[in-house]
Amino acid sequence: MSAPLLSARGVTKRFGERIACRDVSFELWPGEVLGIVGESGSGKTTLLNCLAGRLTPDGGTVTYESAAAGTVDVHGLSEARRRLLARTEWGFVNQDAREGLRMGVSAGANIGERLMAIGARHYGTIRQTSCDWLARVEIDLDRLDDRPTTYSGGMRQRLQIARNLVSEPRLVFMDEPTGGLDVSVQARLLDLLRGLVDRFHLSAVLVTHDLGVARLLTHRLMVMQGGKVVEDGLTDQVLDDPQHAYTQMLVASILPV
Amino acid sequence: MPDGAYNYAYLDEQTKRMIRRAILKAVAVPGYQVPFGGREMPLPYGWGTGGIQVTAAIIGRDDTLKVIDQGADDTTNAVSIRRFFARVADVATTTRTEEATVIQTRHRVPETPLKEGQILVFQVPIPEPLRMLEPRETETRTLHALSEYGVMQVSLYESIARHGRIAKTYNYPVLVNGRYMMSPSPIPKFDNPKLDRNPALQLYGAGREKRIYAVPPYTPVKSLDFDDHPFEIERWTECCALCGSRESFLDEMIVDDEGKRLYVCSDTDYCQERQGAQAQGKEAP
Amino acid sequence: MLPVLRVSALNKAFVMHAQGDLALPVLQDVALSVAPGECLALVGPSGAGKSTLLRSLYGNYRPQSGSIQIRHRDQWVELVGAEPRVVLDVRRHTMGFVSQFLRVIPRIGAVDVVAEPMVRRGAPAEEARRRAEFLLGLLGIPARLWALPPATFSGGEQQRVNIARSLIADYPVLLLDEPTASLDTANRDGVIDLIRQRREAGTAIVGIFHDTTVRDAVATRLHNVALPGAQP
Repeated sequence: MSAPLLSARGVTKRFGERIACRDVSFELWPGEVLGIVGESGSGKTTLLNCLAGRLTPDGGTVTYESAAAGTVDVHGLSEARRRLLARTEWGFVNQDAREGLRMGVSAGANIGERLMAIGARHYGTIRQTSCDWLARVEIDLDRLDDRPTTYSGGMRQRLQIARNLVSEPRLVFMDEPTGGLDVSVQARLLDLLRGLVDRFHLSAVLVTHDLGVARLLTHRLMVMQGGKVVEDGLTDQVLDDPQHAYTQMLVASILPV
Repeated sequence: MPDGAYNYAYLDEQTKRMIRRAILKAVAVPGYQVPFGGREMPLPYGWGTGGIQVTAAIIGRDDTLKVIDQGADDTTNAVSIRRFFARVADVATTTRTEEATVIQTRHRVPETPLKEGQILVFQVPIPEPLRMLEPRETETRTLHALSEYGVMQVSLYESIARHGRIAKTYNYPVLVNGRYMMSPSPIPKFDNPKLDRNPALQLYGAGREKRIYAVPPYTPVKSLDFDDHPFEIERWTECCALCGSRESFLDEMIVDDEGKRLYVCSDTDYCQERQGAQAQGKEAP
Repeated sequence: MLPVLRVSALNKAFVMHAQGDLALPVLQDVALSVAPGECLALVGPSGAGKSTLLRSLYGNYRPQSGSIQIRHRDQWVELVGAEPRVVLDVRRHTMGFVSQFLRVIPRIGAVDVVAEPMVRRGAPAEEARRRAEFLLGLLGIPARLWALPPATFSGGEQQRVNIARSLIADYPVLLLDEPTASLDTANRDGVIDLIRQRREAGTAIVGIFHDTTVRDAVATRLHNVALPGAQP
């Protein structure tokens, strides 16, 4: 493909006096997984929300190459079009699965919601698709009718991923998808995500403060500090040959195992 | 003669105008919930304050009013409201569906088919069909604005997953004119097909939440369902113990200490009309 | 034969910001070129920057100036300052790297770890698996281990998995960083055979081989990497 899937130009977001994210520009190409790393408060989640149309930037533009509608200005779209985009061509995986799931309905209904939202009206087909996705995220099929309240943290996160991927999005935004999980649970989730990204040729923007997660899942990294991108490049370049003082500090802070 | 202590039909003229404007807007946008400045009424919320305000705003001396509660004309709530309007609006009242020009109802649609020119006023406890699924008013408004009704379908999916069928039997959600999701008020789903393309005007008033919505005559009203779990109404193996009807919505009554059951029409007027016709040896309507 | 990899005026220094912006020059004015069928062995004292040069060629380290050009999809592509997706595409199709350490991916079996680069280049999964099994067998990994994740393997076994993974895709350019470091003699000889086969098939190879037996067996040319500041 000859055009970037997502382009940010000069994206800036202020909260009062504080500039949460300052003049960020980049292009995400089809099949790429871009990691945004930096410590808490560096503006990475704010940037992610600006990219996904959840926050309106004070300056700059975000354009997306839509399969259905061609090149679109994410923040110039009507809310209706943007929400349609968000539930068809995009996915958004929250750190807290409770924010991304409907905790009051079964896992099957959680997965099926996107299908029903875009007009699926055959119960049997929806249920079968839910089953397929439950299997793909390695959850036992006998948990199909259980509510996520009865799920463990790792299972909830996998369910949230299935709920997002069921519409076969082209671009997935992920905000600390492995945050708050035990290390062994994290490893399984990372592995699963890696496989799904490969299998469905997903493009993704992933926010994490965990450089190990970034190493395993992303092709490229942007390092943010104080709202600015201080360094970017291939993931192994940034982690093996960090240039900026802040990145060097981050890399040096990883505990050896 | 109306009671001189009050304005005609209890509400002052400015209030009635305000409510009529809301009704006009509701008729213009079928199924859309129009906010209105609801007044305190001389009865508690939950007893029909929304329906009464709508009726008060549209009623005139030439009207004939019928009031039913769960199909019956003779229950306390129905009797009180009918007497209220007879006193403050100087209108004729009736129990006969055919004769009425305005029918205020709680939780039923009459069995006798309605005609052009008739107005059916529903009392609505919770006007927002998405409320149980989405508690935030700001969000439900957005969902209506954008026609995002996937979540309602989710609730039906959930019902089938739990019960093997859509278990909702009343207040069954409908899509009005292919656009707005609407609560038909807690009528049994048995009545839902009567809402579809009905020649009468349907007005819905919610007093506590101060919302009015409407279904104009002949407007399509579709009950939600799945292709492989289509919408179905209740059926009884029994017939009405009084009039023998097999077409009407039946109430179940336990008539003795042994638990003997009897089924009778919920719509008292319909049942009596049929009994009267049978007594005269005529064919039942 | 025309070269497929050419390097000129390459400079790379590490700047340590935590130590008062201390600059450590490692590569100064490096120039080399490699043609198909050649195996260039980097030689020089420890700390001279052989590994840094190799990693710079792979795009893993970022030189400050100079040029690294590679024949990629029938064109010369500049790798110094290249965009990530360009480097990724070069790595996917043209250039392989065997390091001393395998970056283990949890839960994926050895055969799939090895097959992955070939699948990524578009080969059918079954064919890639067959070739992966063939290579693992050739490198002396017992068949009972093939389906297991390499995380639990010994150092030598992991390294052979790594070699198999780098050789499976038939890259036109291959970079080898101590490919036989933790292997016993029998396995070392197997690896030597494989490298020679690749070289004879026309692969351009750049490698670091501390073991002179290996170096003598595979290298066609030596390239001296001098300590920074020393006269060449």
